[in-house]
Amino acid sequence: MIPLSRDALARMVALHLPSEGFVNLGIGAPTHVADFLPTESGVILHSENGILNVGPKPAVGQEDWDLINAGKMPISLRTGGSYFDSSLSFAMMRGGHLDVAVLGAFQVSKDGDLANWSTGDNGSPPGIGGAIDLAVGAKSIWVMMDHTTKEGQPRIVERCVYPLTARNVVTRIFTNLTIIDIVEDGLAVRALLEGLSIEALQEVTDSPIHALGAPRIIRQDGSVV
Amino acid sequence: MRNVVVKDAGAAVEGIQDGNAVMMGGFGGAGLPLGVVRAVLDTGVRNLTLISNNAGSTEDDLSLWFEAKIVRKIVCSYPRAAKQFAEQYRAGTVELELVPQGTLVERIRAGGAGLGGFLSPVGVGTVFADGKQKIVVGDREFILELPLRADYSFVKGHLADTLGNVTYNKTARNHCAVMATAGRTVAVEVDRVVEPGELDPEAIVTPCIFVDRVFARSPR
Repeated sequence: MIPLSRDALARMVALHLPSEGFVNLGIGAPTHVADFLPTESGVILHSENGILNVGPKPAVGQEDWDLINAGKMPISLRTGGSYFDSSLSFAMMRGGHLDVAVLGAFQVSKDGDLANWSTGDNGSPPGIGGAIDLAVGAKSIWVMMDHTTKEGQPRIVERCVYPLTARNVVTRIFTNLTIIDIVEDGLAVRALLEGLSIEALQEVTDSPIHALGAPRIIRQDGSVV
Repeated sequence: MRNVVVKDAGAAVEGIQDGNAVMMGGFGGAGLPLGVVRAVLDTGVRNLTLISNNAGSTEDDLSLWFEAKIVRKIVCSYPRAAKQFAEQYRAGTVELELVPQGTLVERIRAGGAGLGGFLSPVGVGTVFADGKQKIVVGDREFILELPLRADYSFVKGHLADTLGNVTYNKTARNHCAVMATAGRTVAVEVDRVVEPGELDPEAIVTPCIFVDRVFARSPR
């Protein structure tokens, strides 16, 4: 049983985004989800620096440094795209106009608390950016992350030890092992990596999980059956 | 007829003094008035309070201000990947007020719009609520965020007419359009200055009432 690759995890998230939804992909791994969106999905991507209908990165030599995403990388504008100032952009975010925000995380608690901006390391300056505004404002907050730290410590926890980004906001977690929904009675496993048991998943999850019906099977390529 | 065009970046920053609060537009390099970055350095001012989304990242941007140690405090949302800033931050020679990006721009909007602040749900239950007044509206808790104004707002536009009406280019609009409402003196660096009437009134994002100075960026 090999955990999903970064690409496969991104594909799995992409396949779950709502058709024709307005979606913000956070910086880092979530940005990568765009590469796996089926064209027929009709998803409209927002980037908080002031653009709706973000298109793929341009060909080498075609970069326009006035046309970048929240990760400050060159992008393109799809047909029907628009530009706006940051105030309007954050009105879209805070005002509940985005259907889904996909964010990376250091830790997520069983109550949907999100910690994704600081590990409390005082050696380097902290940065918060727009993640916190997204976490409060989008209709659904999804997290995508590795299931454990590099050292094997669970990232899904009873209580976050890192500084919080927002409380009780995460509704779904995609990891390289599973898809978990955060529901009234705790962490509900919706899908499991092929060959992985609920018991084995529990061992790397620092809060009780339960199966939601019969969990679906996650294949190595990120498809779910 | 009103004409706010000045000859260069040096003229655009005229009057800036030690201890001033300065807004700098831009998200990364997009929207950063680079001519102003250098012109402010040339004046020799110090102890600035810088209000900006970022703290520089390459050698040739706001990093220059940190290298020259002319910033006393930065109000900022994402000062990461900023080597010169990080060095001073670690040394304790620059103060950081970290503000969520949407809160930063809305505080500037409130400043420019004459508001006493606004109620934000962002940061409730986190360290970003520390020391701030909490106000419950309906069944939801908010924190009172206070307005930001500056002595100078410097932003990058695309085109400006001689009256001071400004358009922007793509995602370089970002914080610029809002900062242009909140400076006591507002100066805009543009790619090109045009005559009144050449800009489509529907395309003007910053109307000239907000703009005191305009200059055309010199070719690099």
